Amino acid sequence: MRYSGLKVLTEGLFGNKGWKPAWRDPAPKAEYDAIVIGGGGHGLSTAYYLAKNHKLTNVAVLEKGYLGGGNVGRNTTIVRANYFLPGNQEFYSHSLKLWEGLEAELNYNVMHSQRGLINLFHSDGQRDAFARRGNAMVTLGDDAVLLDREGVRELLPWLDFEQTRFPIYGGLLHPRGGTARHDAVAWGYARAGDRRGVDLIQNCEVTGIDIEGGRVVGVQTTRGAIRAKKVGIVVAGRSSQVAAMAGMRLPIESHVLQAFVTEGLKPVIDHVISFGMGHFYISQSDKGGLVFGGDLDFYASYAARGNLPMVEHVMEAGMTLMPMIGRARVLRSWGGIMDMSPDGSPIIDKTHVEGLYLDCGWNYGGFKAVPASGWCMAHLMATDQPHDVARRFRLDRFRTGHLLDEEGTGSQHNLH
Amino acid sequence: MRLTCPLCGDRDRREFHYYGSDAYLDRPAEGAAPAAWDDYLHNRDNPAGLTKDLWYHEQGCAQWLVVTRNTVTHEVSAVELVAGRAGA
Amino acid sequence: MRIEGKGLIDRAHPVRFSFDGTSYGGYRGDTLASALLANGVRLMGRSFKYHRPRGPLTAGSEEPNALVEIHGKTNQTPNVRATVQEIFDGLEARSQNRLGSLKYDLLEVNDLLAPFFSAGFYYKTFMWPRAFWESVYEPMIRRAAGLGRLSGKHDEGAYEKAWAWCDLLVIGAGPAGLMAALTAARAGAQVILADETPILGGRLASDGGMIGGEPALVWAAAVEAELRSLPNVRIMTRTTITGAYDNGTYGALERVGLHRPAKANLPRECFWRIVARRAVLAAGAMERPVAFPDNDRPGIMLTSAVRTYLNRYGVVPGQRITIFDGSETGRALARELMAAGVQVAGIIDPRPDASSLEDCPVHLGAEVVGSRGRLGLSGITVRKGAETFEVETDCLAISGGWNPTLHLTCHMNGRPRWAEDLMAFVPMEGAVPGLVAAGAAAGRFSTHGALAGGQAAAQGALADLGFKVPDIALPEAEDAPCQPRALWAVAAEGRAWVDFANDVTTKDVRLAAQENYRSVEHMKRYTTQGMAPDQGKNSNVAALAVLADATGRSIPETGITTFRPPYVPVSIAAMGAGGRGAGFAPQRLMTSDQASRDRMAPMIEAGLWYRPSYFPKPGETTWKEACDREVMMVRNAVGVADVSTLGKIDIQGRDAARFLDLVYTNTFSTLPVGRVRYGLMLREDGMVLDDGTSARLGENHFLMTTTTAAAGLVMRHLDFVHQAFCADWDLRFISVTESWAQFAVAGPKARALLNSMLDAPLGDVPFMGLASVPVGGVEARLFRISFSGEEGYEIAVPTRYGEALFRDLLARAETMGGGPYGMEALNVLRIEKGFVTHAEIHGRVTAFDIGMAKIVSAKKDCIGKAASQRPGLSGPERQQLVGLRSFAPLTAGAHLFRPGAVIGQAADEGYSTSTCWSPTLNCWLALAFLTDGRARLGEQVRLVDHLRGKDVVCDVCDPVFLDPDGGRMRA
Repeated sequence: MRYSGLKVLTEGLFGNKGWKPAWRDPAPKAEYDAIVIGGGGHGLSTAYYLAKNHKLTNVAVLEKGYLGGGNVGRNTTIVRANYFLPGNQEFYSHSLKLWEGLEAELNYNVMHSQRGLINLFHSDGQRDAFARRGNAMVTLGDDAVLLDREGVRELLPWLDFEQTRFPIYGGLLHPRGGTARHDAVAWGYARAGDRRGVDLIQNCEVTGIDIEGGRVVGVQTTRGAIRAKKVGIVVAGRSSQVAAMAGMRLPIESHVLQAFVTEGLKPVIDHVISFGMGHFYISQSDKGGLVFGGDLDFYASYAARGNLPMVEHVMEAGMTLMPMIGRARVLRSWGGIMDMSPDGSPIIDKTHVEGLYLDCGWNYGGFKAVPASGWCMAHLMATDQPHDVARRFRLDRFRTGHLLDEEGTGSQHNLH
Repeated sequence: MRLTCPLCGDRDRREFHYYGSDAYLDRPAEGAAPAAWDDYLHNRDNPAGLTKDLWYHEQGCAQWLVVTRNTVTHEVSAVELVAGRAGA
Repeated sequence: MRIEGKGLIDRAHPVRFSFDGTSYGGYRGDTLASALLANGVRLMGRSFKYHRPRGPLTAGSEEPNALVEIHGKTNQTPNVRATVQEIFDGLEARSQNRLGSLKYDLLEVNDLLAPFFSAGFYYKTFMWPRAFWESVYEPMIRRAAGLGRLSGKHDEGAYEKAWAWCDLLVIGAGPAGLMAALTAARAGAQVILADETPILGGRLASDGGMIGGEPALVWAAAVEAELRSLPNVRIMTRTTITGAYDNGTYGALERVGLHRPAKANLPRECFWRIVARRAVLAAGAMERPVAFPDNDRPGIMLTSAVRTYLNRYGVVPGQRITIFDGSETGRALARELMAAGVQVAGIIDPRPDASSLEDCPVHLGAEVVGSRGRLGLSGITVRKGAETFEVETDCLAISGGWNPTLHLTCHMNGRPRWAEDLMAFVPMEGAVPGLVAAGAAAGRFSTHGALAGGQAAAQGALADLGFKVPDIALPEAEDAPCQPRALWAVAAEGRAWVDFANDVTTKDVRLAAQENYRSVEHMKRYTTQGMAPDQGKNSNVAALAVLADATGRSIPETGITTFRPPYVPVSIAAMGAGGRGAGFAPQRLMTSDQASRDRMAPMIEAGLWYRPSYFPKPGETTWKEACDREVMMVRNAVGVADVSTLGKIDIQGRDAARFLDLVYTNTFSTLPVGRVRYGLMLREDGMVLDDGTSARLGENHFLMTTTTAAAGLVMRHLDFVHQAFCADWDLRFISVTESWAQFAVAGPKARALLNSMLDAPLGDVPFMGLASVPVGGVEARLFRISFSGEEGYEIAVPTRYGEALFRDLLARAETMGGGPYGMEALNVLRIEKGFVTHAEIHGRVTAFDIGMAKIVSAKKDCIGKAASQRPGLSGPERQQLVGLRSFAPLTAGAHLFRPGAVIGQAADEGYSTSTCWSPTLNCWLALAFLTDGRARLGEQVRLVDHLRGKDVVCDVCDPVFLDPDGGRMRA
């Protein structure tokens, strides 16, 4: 079934009785050519591109809960390509290009909104660091504009330019940055993958990885053993546990990141904005809620919930930067579990087990990576070769020192 | 979230700075193989459950602490001084 | 309509307020909703999606419909629950989410388009043409969506945050909470009793009844009087517990000033952090509505709400009231209404076998299957068996049973348990450590159950905490058994609302199931049920019951979405209280701060510190003129700068030198007493952490300096290295950053300046030497070090003498052609000398990268040495520190390319980190990182700054531009 405005009209006229299931609920087969463990954004896009780009259709996604139940359904929906280190740069640039065609690709409106992202800076040093970033973006062919204080004021006149603790010197505008509707991305990939024959198997937890003679042969699950020639681990948030099933100890520490949404408000913030001197970034959803967040709670956690110190810090940062949001009320707070890696960049690589592949370590930048992560992971699983834009996301780079440390905070996992 | 510092007593989380796993205490000997350093600096058990991690009572007694804690429930079962542990 | 003699409002205090510009009267104690209903106003809002006319469904904070804007003199507050907002003289409320007036909302057209606006319709359309999403569709959706408006003006209101501690936190002051508080109070425990309403008593104020043989409110008043008399009890009304966090920490919002006209210095709200050793959740229960076609008209409200309006506020929301309720509370309401002289037009009781003996028509085995009335209810359609009939009514009370208010027990990931005998979810025990639910919150709905449960919960907590448990006789109260009800939705054609606030109907839930969004989380996210301002408080259970029915599963099989903090929406300003303006972070001021400001120096942020940017002289119009002058002043005469912000750590002990050898790459144990050495510090991952100088004051006594930015970081690092790796060494250290004020005195006349003021002339202090020098009778420390490349000293005195010394230094310097210099000049001086700051050591560079591999001692271990030897961290592919020179302006953050290369990522060879115009060398200088840079000195590179329009070919040179042999420093 193809979605369109016309279809919405005709279905509406006939009581919406004709809408078909967005995806099937197949029983697991005994064997697949490829299994993707994890039905989040990255797992679903991996399966989709295995089918689409590599014509592998005997593919299953195994999800222990419901599709899109991990971080793809609990993030702050920001999509951007404003990295400055080679390795990250071309990967996120590729991802943004995929985002720009995603509605047509998936026949699903993921509401990708390129409303512009502004990173504020508050000192000459920060300005120069952002200039370095922006120049890297432009050098690559992406977009960036360095705004001075008045340029920021023109776009965001309601910021506190007078009293704020750290005066606003300017901002780096990334016009193609923006947001998307997070659940829709998971559902769009799920539906499109299903239409290409991918089996999406929910409530199916992987409990073991079967390895024979150094080669993966299948997985054990709560719904029985399933054989497979290739297995991809795409379970950010639980990467350490699943990788341990194959005897691996990953360079990952799991941390909780909180996020917040307010009650619905009429349009008041038209960009994505981030603060340079505290942990705070914000945008407004199409529904009207202000969606915002800060940094990790900073302690290792799998609890998907946080504590008040970071909550209060984030609110205080909001108040010093844009006190006009003071009377907006926080409706809900939640937490996601982040795979924090020692340089803040992800891993898409083969493992020591033949046929077993790993996609993890997304820190808190995984949402915008959904299209390219699936694209590159599918390429790796299908061809056994890293995709060119993901070639630096190697598992051994921490040992060799070929690091991708955008923050410059070093090997301490929670500082990225 | 609160921790009971062995020196200062029950205190709010915001007085403490978090570092990471207590694996940081097992620094490889001088001349250890690169793999040992890689493991020390980067690789983690990262358990979903009981763990031991390092916290610094930065706004208190400046002591580093080993906290035995459940990463799923956040329950804290023990807090010891890094400097006071056996062999330190 | 107001009923004489009923309610707890203060009739002696009439109040005038306005709604949408019309002035109304009410009484102190009224909410906006009760006062408007008393004035016959039922229409208070428009729904989110279809813009349907809406009035209050509830009388509490869970209200989904009656959301309004409150306008003050200078600002406005959106999405305020009319059911919570107390009225006061001058209160100005306005309806929201409408295009036009509340009565004639143009967006009501959405309701006609409802067939096309089914759940998730927007995922299926608005995709073509692509460019229309940002330009047409999204702006249209955004304008239609949202609820109230922010003004866009700074919130200038006052807000506070506070801490409180207690043995027992009692959440809710109904019968269970009062009994729990009384029990704990008499035991001598520190008790906090919090209730979100202005009064104590909970539903006793709405339902009446008897406790201990007297009217329940008389009992409640006696308990309140006793609690208020006890010093160990703190009663917090208008205070909602908003979240349960780890280790007994609770968030709470106190509405301090929202119920009265704004008053200077009175905060609007206060956000509390309450640390409780134990807690009792006595938050009661919430009644749930029933889904039937057009069940959302103004005038349709919960039975409990009608009862609250009647008994607590003395208001009946209609003249001909009908009741759709299969429980005894519906009957009680009917009797109370009739006793108050209000006509009850019928009781529609779905039970076929209940009593029909009432003084009004009773329709047993009947259901409401429709309603009429454009802006408010005028009639309902009732179905009994095969027969349907109309009943004229302007107020319908509905009840679908009760849900325990268990939200806080979900905040730490606890999942509620389905209790089939109650047809409700109840809290999972132990879901929040230390918190026990009692009374209706625990599924015990009778008054006796509340009293007994509250007492037992408190007793359990007291026993845990070691208090002697007091013996209080439980007063007698009704103990009617719970009447479990499972009437979620009436089977009838038409749109029946489940989630009023987000306009989600049973059809939407069924459509989600039809499209295989069958997981309860998928249904929620696809339909948006439960995501509105009431967060599903009124709709979650019914929605999942409908989903269960649609998918052929039981309710427990279907599962439940969770509740997360905050329990009620909390303003950003309250949780962010103190963050406004400068309050966001501490301000650290140097002792010279006032002296610098006296000289009109612009002060700029340096971390938490403020430092002078430059010191303007009369006639100078730009910072650059001042900067150039200050640079030449230092090069030719003498300059003075406050450098107290650098971190200073005093390190003592027999193993102090050994310790410095461990944390620095270079060796300090060989440093003679009385000498200073530059040191480089790595992180354990091999990257440069910081640099600075350390002085050996004695055999076992060092003074380490750090950069301003890394002072705290280095202290933490040293504590870790010491406590983790060498705790048994003889070593102690402490930060003395704030104990000493320290000033750089630099330039060819530096020694002359010092000699003019020291108590004794300066002896022979060699470069990198130190001396103890008395000045004005104060023992000062003098270090001969230089960050400018000139003969330089840093003189340190105890902080209390800092300002006097600074002013004296400036006065004397000015007589010698010198004076103060600021951060701008300091930066130029250090760039000319190629000294790095955190612009260069930004966390991604190694000692190799900045040309300091030679000071990583091969003879000893140090922190970071092993990791710095990883193959990827040295070699020609690394970008290495170089200098760049040009006669055209250079910028920092520009990228470097070979002249003639095609600009692109593949040709990118580095970037500039710091730049300046050098008045000394009369050209532009930059420090930069360039691939294999040290091998390329003498070559040219092209510096490209796309963002600032620079494209300059410059010369690559050694980063030490000036006096590479250091002759001037050693002079």
